[in-house]
Amino acid sequence: MIPLNGVEYVIGTADVVNTPIRVYDDTACAFIAELSAEILKSPLARAYPDLSALAFWGRKANLQKLKEAFGDTAGRLGRGLCFHIAPSNIPVNFAFTYLFGLLAGNANIVRLPSKTFPQIDALCALMKKTLSGYPEIEKRTAFVRYPRSDEITAEFCKHADARMIWGGDKTIAAVKACPASPRCVDIAFADRYSLAIIDGKAVLNADEAQVKRLAENFYNDTWLMDQNACSSPQMILWQNDSKAAREKFWNAALAVAREKYALQDAVAVDKYTLFCTEVVSNDNAESFTRNGNLLYREEVKALTPDIINHRGKGGYFFEHALTDLSELCAVITEKFQTITYFGIDAVKLREELIAANVRGIDRIVPAGKAMDIDVIWDGHDLVRELSRIVSVA
Amino acid sequence: MTLEDLFQIAPYSLNKAEKDAALKDILNDLTRRHYAACPEYARILDALKFDTAQNHDCADLPFLPVRLFKQFELRSVPKEEITKTLTSSGTSGQAVSKIFLNADNVRSQTKTLNEIISSFIGKQRLPLLLLDTEMIKKDRSMYSARGAGIIGFSIFGRNSTYALDAEMNIDVDKVAAFFDEHKNEPILMFGYTYMIWQFVVRALEEKNISFNAQNAVLFHIGGWKKLKDQAVDALEFNRRVQGRLGNVKVYNYYGMAEQLGSVFVECEHGHMHCSNYSDVIIRRSKDFSEAEIGEKGLMELLSVLPVSYPGHVLLTEDEGEILGVDDCPCGRKGKYFKIHGRIKSAELRGCSDTFERR
Repeated sequence: MIPLNGVEYVIGTADVVNTPIRVYDDTACAFIAELSAEILKSPLARAYPDLSALAFWGRKANLQKLKEAFGDTAGRLGRGLCFHIAPSNIPVNFAFTYLFGLLAGNANIVRLPSKTFPQIDALCALMKKTLSGYPEIEKRTAFVRYPRSDEITAEFCKHADARMIWGGDKTIAAVKACPASPRCVDIAFADRYSLAIIDGKAVLNADEAQVKRLAENFYNDTWLMDQNACSSPQMILWQNDSKAAREKFWNAALAVAREKYALQDAVAVDKYTLFCTEVVSNDNAESFTRNGNLLYREEVKALTPDIINHRGKGGYFFEHALTDLSELCAVITEKFQTITYFGIDAVKLREELIAANVRGIDRIVPAGKAMDIDVIWDGHDLVRELSRIVSVA
Repeated sequence: MTLEDLFQIAPYSLNKAEKDAALKDILNDLTRRHYAACPEYARILDALKFDTAQNHDCADLPFLPVRLFKQFELRSVPKEEITKTLTSSGTSGQAVSKIFLNADNVRSQTKTLNEIISSFIGKQRLPLLLLDTEMIKKDRSMYSARGAGIIGFSIFGRNSTYALDAEMNIDVDKVAAFFDEHKNEPILMFGYTYMIWQFVVRALEEKNISFNAQNAVLFHIGGWKKLKDQAVDALEFNRRVQGRLGNVKVYNYYGMAEQLGSVFVECEHGHMHCSNYSDVIIRRSKDFSEAEIGEKGLMELLSVLPVSYPGHVLLTEDEGEILGVDDCPCGRKGKYFKIHGRIKSAELRGCSDTFERR
């Protein structure tokens, strides 16, 4: 490949080898396990919970489990070269998208977010060091950084056999417009909308420790990332609703937020501005509850297709009592991604959603798991889709 | 007290107790007025469960976030009564604020600015050098905040002369002639901080030209962000202005398009001052409680002037701190404070956008 002007190779060079390796290749797994061990050994794991989550995911035992769950790997290998446009605001997802591409047997070029995060720099340094012990992986890896440029993106796309595109609708359209190999497979991760379903009776029946755990899980799904993640619930739907259940839940959530959340000045102003904007312009709003600047709740009268345009931030939630699941099914579009739940039967819920022919919802996970990214994400089985089958008859 | 009563007294004369009482009357009246006349404002007060029937302390009055004026057309008088719509660009490329003014509001803005400025320079009209281009006034398609500021200030002077041409080049001959013509009398100058720096000070330095005003006063407004990027602070700014223009007393002042008229002027001791017409409350972002003297926080601005739009109590996106009340060595009563600039924009934590957005 021709070296491009303005491209910084944080890891690797312009001469990335584009030949594939096996799915769940032993060397690749060993590299990931060693990288994870290195992260856990370093002070980084303690400084950045997201790095420690990554390390936990990449430990040897988990990779073994994923490989077993995948089934027969004998006839599968990567598609070749995978080009990734990494998301710019969950700092460690650049590493996840890379490792998924690698587990699928691909060589990878990852475009890092132009915005710098300390986690990214620290992780890249560790990765570089670990890669030096795995030359077969090293020569199939490049991490690049470049200022916004359609020309450079187009140049990388030319050689891509697969593309992992994280971004808003505009970004995805711009990258897809760049020609790639004719057999190129694209997986696009667009803006999504997520919600939670909580059973009021289950909350009332929960003991103090259980409610506290629920509140901590909910905190991790929401405040921790300022609700900016696509999988973070914006709307809380109450099944078997009661005033007592809501009070019990929100008091517990507030207690956790009070203890852990660092409210930035700008977020405090944004939340108050959003509150005023909603008060003035949302006719679907039934009532508002404000607890200091940590928590704002907006009760909506009905679920409408418009709800996905109302998004909270840093502890601003929409709420509604769900009397019948059909009310939800009626508004689900392909934009809907994750349902986090408490006190409901997930398998039964999935069955009801599928029976209702819904176009969206790709994940139904317990509270606390909204952010848990894995090889199955956003409705895709990534390792299968990023690899190919050599069939024998 | 009423606004008319305030106009009868000197603008920095009320001590804390007197001013609290005066502002409480006027601002509660304004709150009731806007509640009755502006439906959007009423909805917000209802959502905050605010009771307008009672009189509240100023610190307990609900504030609107300034960004709201970019999202909605907030008005407390019928459309036909609006004589001027003021627009402010805010930060580059973003939505503009729209401020709707009726004749009363414009009049009291002018009168207030007059009271404040003349307390510094006296009542007489001085020869005025505007450190800007006349084009800003000619483009009437938009009544911009910058143009409004120029026109608003022009009433304090006579023989108004614009120092910059249409391309923002300093007209050296014109400026020389102005200084020459008025060399035996005090003169007044006005402009926007960054424009003065870029197109007057820096331009004259490059041309290696200096003027020697004997007795001049400069008022400037507009924020320090771009100058901070060039590591220029107020002292350096004043020094370099004096280096190029001569014996100039420099006054910085602060105000928002949303509260034109009741501006805050920096005194000889480098302190921004609230006049009788305005007040500042510093709020903690964690719960919007009131901060102590000397504690940094979000700036809430109060003004007794807005009658045609609900802008009398505003939450800004600037950070500041109160330095003291009634006891500035300059002798002016009221709160004095320091501005630390815009709050840091929120750090993103999430996954919904990538490299195309900046």
